[in-house]
Amino acid sequence: MKVVDRKGFWLVLPPATSLFLFFVLPLVLVFAVSFASRGTYGGIEWTLTLQNYTSILDPLYLRIFWRSLWIAVLTTVLCLLLGFPLAYLIARAPKRWQSLLLLLIIIPFWTNFLVRTYAWMFILRTEGLLNTILLEIGLIDQPLNLLFTDTAVIIGLVYGYLPFMVLPLYAALERLDPALIEAAGDLYASSRQVFTRVILPLAKPGVVAGCLLVFIPTIGAYVTPDLLGGARTLMIGNLIQQQYLVIRDWPFGSALSFVLMGGVLVGVWYYLKTSGAKSLG
Amino acid sequence: MMKNRPWLAAASLADLLFLYMPIVILIVFSFNDSRLSARWQGFSLQWYSKLFSNESLLSSATNSLVVAAVSTTMATVLGVLTALALEGRSFRGQAVFEVVLLLPIVIPEIMMGVAMLLFFVMIGLPLSLLTIIIAHIIFSFPVVALIVRARLRKLDPRLEEAALDLGATRWHAFRRITLPLLMPGIIGAALMAFTLSLDDFIISFFLAGVGSTTLPVKVYGMLKTTVTPEVNALSAVLVVISMVLVTVATWVQRK
Repeated sequence: MKVVDRKGFWLVLPPATSLFLFFVLPLVLVFAVSFASRGTYGGIEWTLTLQNYTSILDPLYLRIFWRSLWIAVLTTVLCLLLGFPLAYLIARAPKRWQSLLLLLIIIPFWTNFLVRTYAWMFILRTEGLLNTILLEIGLIDQPLNLLFTDTAVIIGLVYGYLPFMVLPLYAALERLDPALIEAAGDLYASSRQVFTRVILPLAKPGVVAGCLLVFIPTIGAYVTPDLLGGARTLMIGNLIQQQYLVIRDWPFGSALSFVLMGGVLVGVWYYLKTSGAKSLG
Repeated sequence: MMKNRPWLAAASLADLLFLYMPIVILIVFSFNDSRLSARWQGFSLQWYSKLFSNESLLSSATNSLVVAAVSTTMATVLGVLTALALEGRSFRGQAVFEVVLLLPIVIPEIMMGVAMLLFFVMIGLPLSLLTIIIAHIIFSFPVVALIVRARLRKLDPRLEEAALDLGATRWHAFRRITLPLLMPGIIGAALMAFTLSLDDFIISFFLAGVGSTTLPVKVYGMLKTTVTPEVNALSAVLVVISMVLVTVATWVQRK
């Protein structure tokens, strides 16, 4: 029931104006500044240069991009492996149980991210809960270095984004007709075949959506690597923050964030195209 | 698949334990009577009383509530307008608008923080609660639009048409038929926007000026310097608040 009239225009005017003024314009600015250079006192000098982009090719920075990428991929895969059984169980549970179980997934999803990251600091610190317990029962006699490691960062990220995987997976699996699984079983499919040939293809839109919802915030993560990772666990997000707020090289910071955003958008677009899941519903 | 049930249940239980154990541990230890917080020394409420007498923490909490209240109101209005414009009407440039509308949701948060900081500094608007509010409106109204639009799609258009046939004006039909039917979706979306605003750290961190610290920015500062059980107490309070918000949101949207 689409009516082409002028009311649509008037309705959309306030949101469109705000979006243009406070979102599109700032993005354009970041793009412009990424071609400027840093002034002597940290300001912006409008001399056109590509230097900010060529600096990114420095192995030092490329390594940070690379490690962010593999941390994000690993986190996404772990969330998928951990989240799938849970999403499947919820989708197949009796209706009464479904809403309760869903609520249990949504609560952490709505709980402050810093608080949830802090929980792991509390557990993994040198004088933290895990070390205290391990020392107490005599399993170790020196506290382990658990915090400020890659492992801590990955645990924190998986913990933070697991609900983002479970919810879309559940939405896809819930729509799956159980009769299809029974039919496959009746036709002598092994449970492995049922999974790879029936469940997985039908769950694909959920898998695609879940992976995007985990991968995108993870690759640009700042809080988790900052609080749980050490100085060597820098990710792109930390590098951008450093350039912007500490070193005050805004042009280079802008180039970094543009490469991050461009990479994410191109990656998402390519992924959606190749995975063939058109609607994310 | 039936015979895999025990395995499935075990894996799911492990997931739930993984999700809840850290939160439960935090809450339990917020009642611990010790500074060296990982060893249980007896029950105490001292961290809660310290928490509620911490002036700077309370003022940043007030800031957060102000930001969340104002940005949620604005984002809800803009989001509902967007949903109404996108559903049932068409306008020039709609396809472009729909793509741009998704961008604040899709791009990494830090990018948004950077862009906003650069923009406000360049136009000479001093960093304050206002700049944080503007940024929060921008990242939450597309989410409101998405939720309300989904609800709008499920409405039966014949209801509004019937009202029009019975002589109601367009505004009257909207006010008396469409809006009440949309209300659960709008309230749910507003609660989501409120939570997004209350939880946002990165964007507020980039935009926080002197004296405009929000609660997450303050908590982050505490985590970076001294970790005291006061943070556990604060965490427990925040967890309870989000549990209440989720329960209300779920309950409202089921109507």
